[in-house]
Amino acid sequence: MDLVETWREELRFAPGRVTRALLAAAVAFSIALPFLGQPAWIVRGTLVAITAIGVMGQNLLVGYAGQVSFGQAGFLAIGAYAFAHLQGLPWLLALLGAGLVSALAGVVVGFPSLRLKGPYLAIATLGFGIAAYQLLANVPALSGGRMGLAVQRPSLLSLYWTDVALLGVFALATTNLISSYAGRALMAVRDSEIAAESMGVNLTRTKLLAFAISSFYTGVHGALFAQFLGHLEPELFNVSEVLTQFVAITVGGLASVEGSIFGAAFVVLLPVIFGGLRWAVPVFFGASILAVLIFEPGGLAGALRKARLYLEQWPFR
Amino acid sequence: MDRFLQYAVAGLSAGRLYALVALGLVLIYKSTRVLNFAHGDVATFGTFAAFALLSRDHSFWIALPAALLAGAAASVLFYFGVLAPAQRKGATLLGQVILTIGLALILQGVVVFAFGTEPDRMPFPLSDSESRRFGPVYVSELSLGTLAAALAACVAVYLVVQRTRLGLAMRAVSENLIAAQTLGIPTRRVLAFAWATASALAVVAGLFLAPALLLDPFFMLDPFLKGFAAAVLGGLGSLPGAVVGGLVLGVAESLAGAYAGIAFKKTLAFVVIRAVLQVLTEGLLGKPFKERV
Repeated sequence: MDLVETWREELRFAPGRVTRALLAAAVAFSIALPFLGQPAWIVRGTLVAITAIGVMGQNLLVGYAGQVSFGQAGFLAIGAYAFAHLQGLPWLLALLGAGLVSALAGVVVGFPSLRLKGPYLAIATLGFGIAAYQLLANVPALSGGRMGLAVQRPSLLSLYWTDVALLGVFALATTNLISSYAGRALMAVRDSEIAAESMGVNLTRTKLLAFAISSFYTGVHGALFAQFLGHLEPELFNVSEVLTQFVAITVGGLASVEGSIFGAAFVVLLPVIFGGLRWAVPVFFGASILAVLIFEPGGLAGALRKARLYLEQWPFR
Repeated sequence: MDRFLQYAVAGLSAGRLYALVALGLVLIYKSTRVLNFAHGDVATFGTFAAFALLSRDHSFWIALPAALLAGAAASVLFYFGVLAPAQRKGATLLGQVILTIGLALILQGVVVFAFGTEPDRMPFPLSDSESRRFGPVYVSELSLGTLAAALAACVAVYLVVQRTRLGLAMRAVSENLIAAQTLGIPTRRVLAFAWATASALAVVAGLFLAPALLLDPFFMLDPFLKGFAAAVLGGLGSLPGAVVGGLVLGVAESLAGAYAGIAFKKTLAFVVIRAVLQVLTEGLLGKPFKERV
């Protein structure tokens, strides 16, 4: 991956006219989608919006902060079940509660993981995901036993509007976060822990922040997913969920907000295209990861950025 | 006491398989610095190759080498076709891990396509239900076979790594890649050999595990996670550590299942590892890693 070394180079990435036009088109498209009268596509749009929030969280932790974590399935489950148990509260409060419980779990997992790096961190977080699953599967008071847990499900259209609006809020928040001090600290830790520390970045606080924010996002993803399904079982949150998220952040683009949304759309819509050929989905997922990492390590977002730079400077390059 | 012994033996039996998986993971990690998330799926692929031959009434002695070759070929192909070009382009550690996830997904899809998701019984020359008695402990034929295979595999790996020129080259490459290249060691072929050996070990584990369970495309997921955990427990940089980690994990798990309740058997393994890592951040036998500035 090319590093940005000068301020002038950095400026080239600042959003210009093309970005604004694309953004306007995306917003217009998501407003127009429900009026096309295709309920199936409204469902898919909702699912893309929900997934994109979780992928964004995973991207913050893996793409921006460089912490390879396999515990997302656990945070997803915690968010979903916390939401299901908080149903008596007003909706927004329950959603916030689900996110906060998940963020707390993120800090609890992240804190002992501060000493661990690379593969050791991966196994510690993976263990958390499996432990969360086992706990849910074996404690009926949490998971509602064999019958599963029912979650109240609003109408499809209102679900679509709230989830898309939430995606907008989260995307805006993430964009601001990564250009703030905290976001730059995350990237500094990813690129070199020692260099970051000697520049005055508090390693402990930054890593914990990354875990907390990322699991907050994933918790909200879980809560919205629970609401979307209307029914919860522990089997929903297994290790393959984590693999899907890795596919999403890789294909969409590591360390990129718009990439997270592209990646979410990719993993949600691809199985729709393959429909009957269920075995082809993992093959295509795998092949696209390989292709992306070898030919375009920036993912879809990187390809878009290249295209945009080309267009903006068109006659002169 | 008898009960304790019986559970300990059962744990060792499972632990041997974890040790085989862990040995392969460590071999790959030590040589190429990649965490191979496709390890379980390579084993599944090889085991299904054996299943295809065995269910067409071929002899076990044809199916075994064929399965080992199939697993090894898949990972050598991956190494030369994908990983080596990516490493030449300077892929990050995370990127390489994601590449192996890609391989895992592809192999998984291929196995589902070729054999479907219905569980099958694996025809096997050794039986799981017939057992021999040693003092107070009963051991099944399959478990004895597993012991023999695991021992043979470990001894073979030890001899190759410690006693041959190829092993010397492997150690040199793992110690310092550039120095090894300067000395004229064909590093890529040596690394490909390490991948092939590791995959063959995983396939052995898969082959001896399959008759005890039902064979479906996801049957290696759990043993792979345990093997991964065992490798981390023993220290990812240490081959003996992998074997020790596997055995310790197997026994701990079996005893926990017996005395603390079966429901949290799987979780306990990870709790143990978490606790060990808290004190020894590089596992039981790993050397502390010092970062250069």
